[in-house]
Formats: sequence, C-alpha cells, structure tokens
Amino acid sequence: MRRAGRRVKTAAVRRLGRPAVRGSRRKVRLLELAHARSGDKGDTANVGLIALKPAYYPILVKQVTAARVARHFKGMIKGKVERYELPNLLALNFLLHEALDGGGTISLKTDAQGKVFSTALLRMEIEVPR
Amino acid sequence: MTTPVVRVGAGQGFWGDWLEAPYRQVTQGPVDYLMMDYLAEVTMSIMQKQKSRDPSLGYAKDFIPLMERIFPTLVERRIKVTANAGGVNPRACAQAVAEMARRLRLSGRLKIGVVTGDDLLRRLDALLARGHELRNLDTGRPLSDVRDRVLSANAYLGAWPVAAALRQGADIVITGRVTDTGLTLAPMIHAFGWTRDAWDLLAAGTVAGHTIECGAQCSGGNCLVEWQTVPDLANIGYPIVEAHPDGTFLITKHPGTGGRITVAGVTEQLVYEMGNPAEYITPDCVADFTTIRLSQAGKDRVQVSGVRGRPATDKLKVSIAYFYGYKAVGTLVYAWPEAYEKAKAADRVLRQRLRDLGLKFESILTEFVGADATHGPLALQETRVGDLPEVQLRIGVRSPDRAAVERFTRELAPLILNGPPSVTGFAGGRPKPEEIVAYWPALIDRKVVEPCVELVDV
Repeated sequence: MRRAGRRVKTAAVRRLGRPAVRGSRRKVRLLELAHARSGDKGDTANVGLIALKPAYYPILVKQVTAARVARHFKGMIKGKVERYELPNLLALNFLLHEALDGGGTISLKTDAQGKVFSTALLRMEIEVPR
Repeated sequence: MTTPVVRVGAGQGFWGDWLEAPYRQVTQGPVDYLMMDYLAEVTMSIMQKQKSRDPSLGYAKDFIPLMERIFPTLVERRIKVTANAGGVNPRACAQAVAEMARRLRLSGRLKIGVVTGDDLLRRLDALLARGHELRNLDTGRPLSDVRDRVLSANAYLGAWPVAAALRQGADIVITGRVTDTGLTLAPMIHAFGWTRDAWDLLAAGTVAGHTIECGAQCSGGNCLVEWQTVPDLANIGYPIVEAHPDGTFLITKHPGTGGRITVAGVTEQLVYEMGNPAEYITPDCVADFTTIRLSQAGKDRVQVSGVRGRPATDKLKVSIAYFYGYKAVGTLVYAWPEAYEKAKAADRVLRQRLRDLGLKFESILTEFVGADATHGPLALQETRVGDLPEVQLRIGVRSPDRAAVERFTRELAPLILNGPPSVTGFAGGRPKPEEIVAYWPALIDRKVVEPCVELVDV
C-alpha cells in the first residue's frame, strides 16, 4: 500500500529542536510520527490517529495505549478512553467519553465538537529508537 | 444493462457550507449526481422551530436559490440531485423547488422526488404507549423523562427510499432525515441494480458516502498532513466518487481545482466521527472500516477497495431534539503584562459576584483563549503564560433558569471599569441568553417506520 505524507520533517517538527536523548532511545512528539483528525458524537470525542509511515504504526500500537491516552487527557475528559485498531489504514481510533461538557449544543466549550483534540493528542511524547 | 461508472459529486457537506461548491461541481467537469448533505444532529430542531412559526417553512431555505443557480446546468447535462435539504418539511421544499423551476420555464422537463416517513413527532405518544421507550443511547434514560420538552423526532432513513425515487424517474430527490451516506449510496443502488442483501456492495457505497459527506474535508480541507503545501485552497475542488458496479471506487475531484486527494487526507476523513470501526451502522448495512484498502491511483485519485459489510440491524436510529435550558457565553480581552494573571483574577471576581447574587447555574465554564482554551492543561504546561501578549477570558454559564443566565450577561461589562486592568474587546456588547435545544439519540424497531416516496411534476 502506498502512503502519502512521506516527508515527515515539517516546519512544526523542526521547531521542536533536538529530541531528548536517553540511552539508545529518544523521545519525540507524536506529531513527528502521526497525523490525526477528531470529531464528536454527543459528549464523546473521537480522535483518529494515523501513522505517517507504515514503520511507525507498531510504535503507535505499542505506546499510544488507551490507558496512556487517558493519562494524557487527565483533567480534560471525565469518562473512560476506548481504543480501536485499523491496521489497514495504519490508524488507531480513540473514543474519549464525557469529553465535551455535555456535547453539541449543551457544551460551553470553545471546542464543543472536539475538533482539536486531534492536535492535543499529537503533543504526546513517544520513545523511538535512536 | 448496467452503467460502468457512476460519478457522485459532493455539493454541500453541511447546512452553511460553501455556496460556490455546487455550482463549480456541476460546471467544472462531469458528474452524474450531485449529493448535498444538510442535516447535522440538531439541525432538525432548528427547522422544526421555523415550521412551528410558519407551516410553509422547516427546510433549508438557501437550497432554493442555490438550486436556481445550477438548474439550467442540471437539465442540460442531465445531472440528478440527492439532498436531505427537506429537513422537517420535505414536501414544502419540493414545492418551492417546483415553483422555482416553473419560473425558469422548465415545466415538463424534470420530476422531483420527495422522501418522507422519517418524522415521528406526531406518532410519539402512540409509540411510547406501545412500549417503544426510545431510551437515550448515551445515558440509558427513557424518553418519558423529557417527553413534554420534545421538539422534533426523526428516524434515520437509508438509501432505499432515495433509490426508489430515482427508479420512479425523479431528477431531484428531496428528503427529510435520510443518512448522509444514503444520499451517495442511493445512486449506486439505482444505477447498478444492487440488491438488498448485497452487504459488501452496500457497505462499499456507504464508505463512499462517508468519505464525501463532509465535502472538501476529504479533498484537502482541514487536512493536517503537510497542510502548508495543499495547493490553492481558495479554489478547492469538492470530492467526487467514481463508483463501479463491483463496489470499488475512486475518490477524485475536477482537474484544475485546488486542494488535494491523497491517501492521507482520505484516511483522515474515514476516521472522522468514527465509533467502533468494525461496526459502522447505517439503516442500509453494517460496514466494516477495518476492511478498507486505499491506494494512490494517480494525482488526486485514491482507489478504495476491499470493503466488507454485514446485514443491517433491525433497529433504526432516531434523532430527537428537546428543550434543555439556557446558556450564554461572554468574553473580555486582557493585555500584557501579566495578561493571563489578569484574566484569571477577573474570572475569580466574576464568580464571586455570581455567588454573592445567589444565582444557580448547572455549569460555569471558564477558558483562557490564547492559553488553555483548546488544549487545556497540556498547553499550559508548555506555554510561558507570563509573556503572552493578550489572553481572552471566555466564560459561559448554563442553567434551567433564564433569569440567572440573563443576569450573568450583565455582570461582564462592569468588570471593564471595576475589575483588573488592561482590559478591552467588549465592542460587541453583552452576550445574549440562548435557548439550548439538546440531542437525544435513540433506537426504534425498523418495522414501525414506513418510508414514503412521492413524485412532484414540475
């Protein structure tokens, strides 16, 4: 399967500067490994996380677990986090429950429809081989 | 004889989408069908309100001038339209289109199909009495909790009644609450003769519908991957499905238009508003998104294949809207130095005053736009808030008590002169209390919903 988006070194990545080094591993932002789109269903936000390269997908599967995502969004969501795998699309789908202050028209949030939970997830730091 | 390829172009991804899109879609290259999706979760209740004030309203009114602009092209190029612009009054919408067509002297040149049967509002008490509880899919509560506040109730219909209208010769099919995906699947059913148990094919058409139902969001709009390099967004081309009888299809757009159709962009749209990807449930089938295969088949051409589906469930989703209460959101802008600290101080003062007034709110939500409004504590951890040039204090309240919300709206402006310094940005005046119409998703037995297809001659 051919993939678009081979050039991973975007301006945003360069701005991050040198990744933190620890032994044979280094930490990078999820932004360097994946892209994402998010939306809503009622009070649930969904974040689709998509590997930028096939080689990155197993890293996402291993490290971006439902538990890790729940910790990442601590204080921003009230409910549980579910994860679904779509290996055919190199994607993970996360459901963030009770994330939108009631959702839809009830919500008082700027992001009442969960549109930018996507990039909020991409702030996560991930360990990759050096 | 089956047609080898059917081209379904997206013209609107939501009520309020780009008005230029449908015109460009039908004039800048070949399409066989123009698909226009108007209905979001609470759109029906807005339309119901309009209809209760004037029985001739209750549909997307801007659909009429939009159609007027493209009608001569539709007739000349024999392009058919599927649109759920009918809202809670599809017949009135069809009449308005028919009158407009007569004004354009197109009488006898086309037929309008109307799909109804989705509206359950008048049947609601009878259904509840017969034991249909219409429990909220999220909370599990029975509809009887809010029955006296229900404003609209519509079952989601699928592609079949739309396909039936096409089979009866309709050129324009106007519907009420038909699924977004059904509007794209119906032309394929009609053109290829797909049967009701061809689950893989129906799932393929459903995936095609999901891909283009948000318009340009799959052709380069709102696309994060290398967003800076997406060409000519000002002239973005809306997506087109080129469908084949075997259930494979291409996503493409007209040559010479802006935007970009890539595997990455299509994938972003596929996961948009996704639940369990193995069970994408529609009235027509259950599509399995974990079977989708994508490949770049050329510039601005993405090939989709491999889609598998399973039988549709015996339930239909029902979209119910009910009156919930009132809300208001107000803002003030604080400037450097210590902009964030000033905004936080203003928030504390305001909250104390609301407390001292004894006002009761179900919720008070404060956000600091420029600091934490979108990414919350994740952003605050990294931002040097002391240096921010400005921060917008955005505070909202929600209450069943309109008077409490009304009073809140009067408490913002005084802060300009009697609160923390360096504040501006109140030119818009005080916020207005808004009625909250909330969404109540439920399921109902498919058997009790009877789709109806009518034809209107022009």
